[in-house]
Amino acid sequence: MFRREGFSLSKSLFYFYAVLVLIFTLGPLVIVTILAFNNNPSASFPWQGFTLDWFKASTPDRVGLFDDARMMHAIVVSLKVAVVVTIISVALGVNNAFLFVRHNFAGKNALYLIMLGPLVVPGVVLGTSILAFSFGIANGLDKIFGAGTGTFLRPGFWLVVFGQVSFVATTTTLILTARLKRFDPALEEAALDLGASRAEAIREITLKFLAPAMIGAGIIAFLFSFENFNTTYFLSGSDPTVPILLYSRLRFGITPEINAVSVLLMVVTGALGFLSSVFQKEDAV
Amino acid sequence: MSASARRRGLWLLLIPMLLWIGLLFVLPHLKLFYLSFISRRGGEFTLANYLYFFQNPLYRKIFVRTAVFSTLVTLLTLFISFPIAFIITKVAGKSLKAMLLLAVILPYWVSELIQAFTWMVIFRESGVLSYLLQRLGIVNQPIEFLYHDTTIAIGLIYTSLLFMTIPIMNSLETLDDSLIEAAYDLGGNFWSTLREVIIPHAGPGIMVGSIMTFMLNLGNYVTVTLLGGKNSLWFTEIIYNQFIIRFNQNKGSAFSVILLTFSVVFVWIVLKITKQDLSEAM
Repeated sequence: MFRREGFSLSKSLFYFYAVLVLIFTLGPLVIVTILAFNNNPSASFPWQGFTLDWFKASTPDRVGLFDDARMMHAIVVSLKVAVVVTIISVALGVNNAFLFVRHNFAGKNALYLIMLGPLVVPGVVLGTSILAFSFGIANGLDKIFGAGTGTFLRPGFWLVVFGQVSFVATTTTLILTARLKRFDPALEEAALDLGASRAEAIREITLKFLAPAMIGAGIIAFLFSFENFNTTYFLSGSDPTVPILLYSRLRFGITPEINAVSVLLMVVTGALGFLSSVFQKEDAV
Repeated sequence: MSASARRRGLWLLLIPMLLWIGLLFVLPHLKLFYLSFISRRGGEFTLANYLYFFQNPLYRKIFVRTAVFSTLVTLLTLFISFPIAFIITKVAGKSLKAMLLLAVILPYWVSELIQAFTWMVIFRESGVLSYLLQRLGIVNQPIEFLYHDTTIAIGLIYTSLLFMTIPIMNSLETLDDSLIEAAYDLGGNFWSTLREVIIPHAGPGIMVGSIMTFMLNLGNYVTVTLLGGKNSLWFTEIIYNQFIIRFNQNKGSAFSVILLTFSVVFVWIVLKITKQDLSEAM
């Protein structure tokens, strides 16, 4: 596109730079993937042959990730949290999209700005604020309704879910609001004219139109939840999610099993990320 | 639809929204703010939690270090990201463009913890880089590359590369190629064109990317603690220590409020100085 002489020189410089960027961003991921299959218990080079032990093995000195009960349990916890967070966040996103696109009310703009807050506030601050707030409420519940009634607001499954919903729902709201804005209300009117009730019209026409964005937002919500560390770290109890368990293990050193876990996560989250971009592409058309 | 039905519909939608943003965002932050002005025992109003912070030289040092370090890393990320965004939008052919985009996005899909972990694998004493240097005969014993500021900076740049590159890409996409051609025709060289045409046009994107990157750096915990170890001295760490290790919610709250206030004020000042309007840029 630029045929200047100065530019062709810079162009080869640009290609050289592009190669450096590729090495910088993809190199670490490639190295970890290779090491996950390296038959070397030090989790480093030299290459000592191909093995699947770090995925599947249960000998006294080698435990693969699929035979590591605590790791498998953390994966289950992460999946459960992510599914619940996804369902709540997508439902809230649809709700908020209708609120912001279909209604006008006093303070709408202010509410919209406040809603963006959870994306701006550092995750650590979000985590501590929810921890401090729920701690007070849990104590109050215990006092009024008897010991134990406030337990679901203490660090553990539900507190992690609440903490993640606080910022994940902002993202789903943004995605779904953008989609609903492009919906032509005349389609809904037409359904009403043809004898549909309002509920039927919304279900059959509007929600169908939103469906791809709901799936796209759901995948993003799942990814955000599954990968979250900062907020979750303050709110998880004795049942850690995968990132929290990995973090606590990394402080004691690196094992080849963690390479294997990384590869598993890369494949799963990479596939989900790819899926979400496919849905977003459809959405743009 | 009748007016009363519309009102009912509005409230049906408003209630879940208010429950979410109220219970999970607004009230927790008000509680944090309140706790920061309350003494741990006795529960009366006090400024002691804030004084404790500002009178402690170590905390002051950590605060300044986190702010300066975050700013420097943001600038470095900008210098690295700008050419990437430029190559993707203006130079690369279709396949290189797709490859570079993937290269920027792929690390983002992998969780931040795994990102930091991959750099640990490379930089630790028995790690990949140390092994490579020994094999090449450049050094004759293992070297520890972890726990240095440079290592922390590399990790931080890696995690925020996407957040800097995408906004700059978006702003460069609207720059008409013929404007660059015109600058050359009028006798400009590469640098003057960059300075007079390209960078001014990318201003809003640079702003958004820098703000996001700065906030991510400031609020980072995983990358700095894993790659910096005891030498990280990051602000989020002292918040964690107060809340979780010392179980002092009041001091922890005060520290959180300080971090939050600082990040908001800092961003506001930068916007004022550079005369950028964030809502316009977004």
